[in-house]
Amino acid sequence: MTDNSIRAPATKRASTSLIYDPKARSIFFQVLTLVILVALVWSIAHNVSVNLARSNTATGFGFLAGRSGFDIGQSLIAYTSDSTYGRAILVGFLNTMMVAVTGIITATIVGFIIGIGRLSKNWLIAKLCTVYVEVFRNIPPLLVIFFWYSGVLAILPQPRDAIQGPLSTFLSNRGLTFPATIWGEGAWILPVAILVGIVVAFVFRTWSVKRQMATGQQLPNGWISAAIIIGLPLLGFIAMGSPLTFDYPVEGRFNLSGGANIRPEFVALYLALSLYTAAFIAEIIRAGIKGVGKGQTEAAAALGVQPGKITRLVVVPQAFRIIIPPLTSQYLNLTKNSSLGVAIGFPELFSTGSTSLNQTGQAVEMITIMLTIYLSISIATSLFMNWFNAKMALVER
Amino acid sequence: MKKTLLSAAFGAAVLGFASAASAATLDDVKAKGFVQCGVNTGLAGFAQPDSAGAWKGFDVDFCKAVAAAVFGDATKVKYTPTTAQSRFTALQSGEVDVLARNTTWTISRDTALGFNFRYVNYYDGQGFMVPKSLNVKSALELSGAAVCVQSGTTTELNLADYFKSNNLQYNPVVFEKLEEVNAAYQAGRCDVYTTDQSGLYATRLALSNPDEHVILPEIISKEPLGPAVRQGDDKWFDIVSWTGYALVQAEEFGITQANIDEMKNSTNPDIRRFLGTEKDTKVGTDLGLTNEWAYNIVKGVGNYGDVFERNIGSGSPLKIARGLNALWSKGGLQFAPPIR
Repeated sequence: MTDNSIRAPATKRASTSLIYDPKARSIFFQVLTLVILVALVWSIAHNVSVNLARSNTATGFGFLAGRSGFDIGQSLIAYTSDSTYGRAILVGFLNTMMVAVTGIITATIVGFIIGIGRLSKNWLIAKLCTVYVEVFRNIPPLLVIFFWYSGVLAILPQPRDAIQGPLSTFLSNRGLTFPATIWGEGAWILPVAILVGIVVAFVFRTWSVKRQMATGQQLPNGWISAAIIIGLPLLGFIAMGSPLTFDYPVEGRFNLSGGANIRPEFVALYLALSLYTAAFIAEIIRAGIKGVGKGQTEAAAALGVQPGKITRLVVVPQAFRIIIPPLTSQYLNLTKNSSLGVAIGFPELFSTGSTSLNQTGQAVEMITIMLTIYLSISIATSLFMNWFNAKMALVER
Repeated sequence: MKKTLLSAAFGAAVLGFASAASAATLDDVKAKGFVQCGVNTGLAGFAQPDSAGAWKGFDVDFCKAVAAAVFGDATKVKYTPTTAQSRFTALQSGEVDVLARNTTWTISRDTALGFNFRYVNYYDGQGFMVPKSLNVKSALELSGAAVCVQSGTTTELNLADYFKSNNLQYNPVVFEKLEEVNAAYQAGRCDVYTTDQSGLYATRLALSNPDEHVILPEIISKEPLGPAVRQGDDKWFDIVSWTGYALVQAEEFGITQANIDEMKNSTNPDIRRFLGTEKDTKVGTDLGLTNEWAYNIVKGVGNYGDVFERNIGSGSPLKIARGLNALWSKGGLQFAPPIR
């Protein structure tokens, strides 16, 4: 009621003058901002097109279908110098995704271990983890990348003196070379059998849990599921006559030829980004765990829950709610930092993109493409993490 | 959504505002009082800052020659170091007035990129360098090798074409900056280093053990290197081109930095016209400069031969022979159209 009596004079005045109506004013300023923004964007776009026309530079996205003419050292899909610029950009995108996905997985695992380690009651472990965080958090990522790259190149031998590991693997400054798998006829059975195995294992588990509820008898669920998921493909594989051969690397005149190769550029970038981001993730994990009320731990302990189970079942699930939102930013950072790979010649999106830019001279188009792709990756990651956050959030009853 | 607009707007702004340089480059240059010249980030003999931080080299001297032609003072020039990737954007956007950065003249750069090339200050070709210990005698033996190359160059494209047409396999190791390519080759990341032959000589010199590397005999491409300017400003294009031709013409006349003042008294009408001592000559003013333009160029940096020998020829550690870059009268390709 007091609310009404305060607002009453304001609405009264608004009927006399729009200027004093807070709602009208707020709409006015929002419209004004939008108009200014649109005008700014339009004038910039206009300026660009006029200047491009004046400088006789080719424009348009037609160049994407043209032959690129340059080679890329590392590609997940078939690519030669006869492929198009569009495909070159796709190769870069896939390489970026490869670093981002592997990096995010490793950074999360390492970050978790370090973060929990910092909270350890063991003095040495806690201090070592603190040193790790402080060292990696305070060095620029580019430096970490160079450190690993020059480290990898300096320590590892030339390919002619490669370190030979078991199973025909070779380690040299050209990377890790190992036998490539060549799948023969009937190899499709493997992925199919794995899928079937997973489904069967899932069905079995549901049945087993029901059975336990009913009779109280427990089955070794984990072991049986594992046996199904691994055993089924194995049987299928043998039934199809083992359709798998290997392409072994052999020493060529310059390099090892044949086999598959993980290049040092990828290893350096992957290690650097993982370990760098892990330091930040460790701090997020620590903050999350610290953020869970002490009462929760004490209550669990009072109920007689074992310390390991307290962490696993009581603390971590609650900590997750605090951890996930800042974790998202770290994932985005790692993905964007992967563009630093250009410094050590890793052909990620920015690298293949700027090479295409330079060979075609179409800077505006190429930068727009790269911006759009990075933005899409980031938005997709954000959406996924938001969904995951909503799922993990505390459901209050 | 707002984010998209903002980032797009920012990207466009960077490119858009920068390219607002007006068409009359000569007026801009005169107004600011110096020539902004795009050079290499560091290629021995061509463009490299010395121990005192002053830029020295073959391409740098060309920049100085342009400044001498415009201002009568070879020191009125500022340098923008550009990578193979950043050079074209720098020129397109108007950040530099002229790009003298051992850049190959190709049809697509002349057309689609919106540049103009005419004068070629160095006729080059792409070659390969390998460590002697590999015992390679010809580029055709290079199948399976890892090759270090700078990205965004004609070199990168020629490399792909050469290996493809000869049915050879290779593994490209690509870097954006010259320094990174050099470091990777030095560290043994790759077996072969490829770039223009002039660049190979310069790079070999910078290695810690130059004697252990050999440059293979094959030249796999034509690389006419020359200064580039933006399209649409013919006057400035003429000035830059004829600055180059004046250097060549001076060598043909035998005019050097040392003898130029006595050459002014020459009775040869060609030389008198060239140096602006002919009565009522209009050669320089028609170019948009003074009639002493050619005098100023030679007084400032010497003739083409002097510039060559001092920076990359016998007077330098590079010791590159004149070869294709000798005067046309001596079996080379350096040829200046008549100045009349």
